[in-house]
Amino acid sequence: MIQAAEIEKRYGRAWALRKTSFELAQNGFLLVTGANGSGKTTLLRMLVGLATPTRGSLAVAASRAQVGYVAHDPLVYRDLTALENLDLYGRLYRVPQRRERIGMLLERFGLWDARDQPVSAYSRGMTQRLALCRGLLHDPSFIVLDEPFTALDEAGAELLDRELTALVGSATVVVSTHDPMRVAPLATARLALT
Amino acid sequence: MGVALAMVFFVAPVDADQGISQKIFYFHVPIALTSYICFGTGAWKGLRLLWTGAERYDLESYTAIHQGTIFGALTLITGSIWAKASWDRWWVWSEDQLVLFLVLFLFYCAYFMLRFSIEPGPRRERISAVYALFGAALIPVSALAIRLSQRFIHPVVFTRHGPGMTHTQFAAFCVCWVAIAVLAYVMYRIELVGKRSDAQLQDLREAVAT
Amino acid sequence: MSGYALDVAALVRKDLRLELRAREVVPAMAVFVIATLVVFHFALPHGSGRDAAYGLLWVALVFTALLGLGRSWVPEREGRTLDGLVLAPCDRSAIWLGKSIATLAFLALAQLVALPAFALFFEPLTGQAIAGVVLADIGICAVGALVSAMAAAGRTRDLVLPLVFLPLAIPLIVGGIGSSIATHAGSYLLFLVLYDLLFSILSWASFEYVITE
Repeated sequence: MIQAAEIEKRYGRAWALRKTSFELAQNGFLLVTGANGSGKTTLLRMLVGLATPTRGSLAVAASRAQVGYVAHDPLVYRDLTALENLDLYGRLYRVPQRRERIGMLLERFGLWDARDQPVSAYSRGMTQRLALCRGLLHDPSFIVLDEPFTALDEAGAELLDRELTALVGSATVVVSTHDPMRVAPLATARLALT
Repeated sequence: MGVALAMVFFVAPVDADQGISQKIFYFHVPIALTSYICFGTGAWKGLRLLWTGAERYDLESYTAIHQGTIFGALTLITGSIWAKASWDRWWVWSEDQLVLFLVLFLFYCAYFMLRFSIEPGPRRERISAVYALFGAALIPVSALAIRLSQRFIHPVVFTRHGPGMTHTQFAAFCVCWVAIAVLAYVMYRIELVGKRSDAQLQDLREAVAT
Repeated sequence: MSGYALDVAALVRKDLRLELRAREVVPAMAVFVIATLVVFHFALPHGSGRDAAYGLLWVALVFTALLGLGRSWVPEREGRTLDGLVLAPCDRSAIWLGKSIATLAFLALAQLVALPAFALFFEPLTGQAIAGVVLADIGICAVGALVSAMAAAGRTRDLVLPLVFLPLAIPLIVGGIGSSIATHAGSYLLFLVLYDLLFSILSWASFEYVITE
C-alpha cells in the first residue's frame, strides 16, 4: 500500500524530514510518533500527495478520491456553516446520498444541533469534530490523521477511538500523535521520527 | 566581439542621414533579438520543467531569464541613446520595440520578486516555470497591443528604416548579432556553473555539518 | 450538467456565499472605484476632453480589479482550505475557473456602480465601450485568478500581485481604451477576444502546477 524508501523533505534550507523508510500493507494501521518538529506533519502531507519528497522514493497506492485527510488545520471555511462546508466537499467528492451521509456524520459527531452555525462560532473541539467529519465524508479507504486528538474533550476522544476501531481491517490508516498510548492497541506498525 | 566592433566601426559605411550615431543600431537590434532568445529559452526550459519535473531546468530557466533581463536593460539603454541621437530625446513612446522592452522589463522584474518571495522547492520551480511561459505569451501579445495603441496615442509614427541595408551593413549586423548571442551564451553558461557549484557547496556544507 | 461544470458551480456558489455573508469585497470595490473617479475629477484639468476621461476610467477599473484580486484567495489561505480543494478528486483547473467566475461576478457588481457613475460624472458611455469593459473583465479575471494564486504562494503576496498583474494587464488596457474611443472599435474588440482566449487557455492549463508540488 505504501512504500517509502529514504524519503527526505527540505523547505528552503531547513530539512523538515530526514531519511525515513517504511512500508505499510493494505488495511494496515501505522502509528507515527515523534517530538514537535520531527517531521510528522511533513510526512503525512507527502503521504496524501500535498507535498513531494525532495529525495527518495515514495509510492502510495491510492487515488485522490480514496484519500481521507484530517490535517492540523480543519480545512473548512470559517464563515460557512458546518452543513455548507460538508455540502461543498460532498459535491466535490461526489458522495452518493450526500444529504443522508452528512446528516449521519454530523449526528454521530454530536454536531447536528450546531449544523447551521458558522464554524467561526465553534469551539476548538467542535471544529476538530467537523474536521473529522470532513475527512471521513467520502468513506475513504486510505485515512491519514494528523494529531486527531488535539482539542477533543474526553467524549470526543472516545468517539474517535470508536471510529478508529471500526476502521481497522477495512481501511489503511496512518495516525500521528504524541500520545501513543491512546491508539497503540490498534497499530500494526509504528514509526518513530527523530 | 573584437571582430564585431571592428566591422561596425571600420567596415560598415557611415549612414548618410544619421552619421556616426547610426552605429548604435548594430548593437541595439542584436541585443534586443538576443534578449528575446533568452526569454524564449527561459520559457522553453520552464515548459521542460513542467513536462519532465527535472529540477535542473529550474536553474536553466531562471538563468536564461536573468540574462534576458540584463540584455533587456541594455536594449533600453542603447535604445535610449539611439533616441537621443536620432530625435534628440532620451525617451520616445513612438518606438514600439522600446516600449515593448519597458513592459517586458517590468514583467520580468516582477518575476524575480515573485520568485524570491517563495521558499525554494518544487512549488517555486513550478510557479517560476508557469510565469516564464506567460512571458513568452506576453511578448507577441504586448507587441500587438503596442502597435494597436500607436493608432490612438501617436497619429504620426516615425519611420525608422529608410532604405534597406547594404550588403556590408548587413554583414556587420550579422557579425554583431552572432557576437552578442555568443556573449549571452557564455554569460549564461558561466552563471549556470556558478549557481550549480553554489548549490553543490551548500549540499556539501550540510553533509559536513550533519 | 457534466461533472466538471458541477464542480465549478459548487466552488462558485461557495465564494458567492462567503461574500454574501462577509460583505467585504464588493462594497469595498464599489466605494473605491467611486472614490477614484472623484479623485480623477480633481486630477483632470478642465477641457481635457473625453479621451482623457476614458483613459482614467480604465485606470480606475484596473485598480479596482486589483483590489478584488488581492482578496480573492484569502478564504483559501485562512484555514488552509486550498489543501482541502487540492485533495478533492475534481480537476484542479475547476478551482481556477470557479475563482475566476466568482471574481468576475464581484467585478461586474462593482462596475454596475462604476459605469453609471462615470457616465454621470464625465462622459456618456457608448455600446462599444461597454463591450470593451465586458471583454476586458474576462481577461482580467482569468489571468488575475492565476497570478493572485501565484502571489499567494509567497511571503509578500500583497506587494507582488500588482507588480505581476499590471504588465499583463497592459494589453487589456490598450484594447479597452481603443474600443472606447476609436471610431472603428472592431479590431480592438477582436484583440480583446484573442487575449481572453489565449490567456484563459494558458491559465486553465497551467493552474494545476501553480497550486501543487
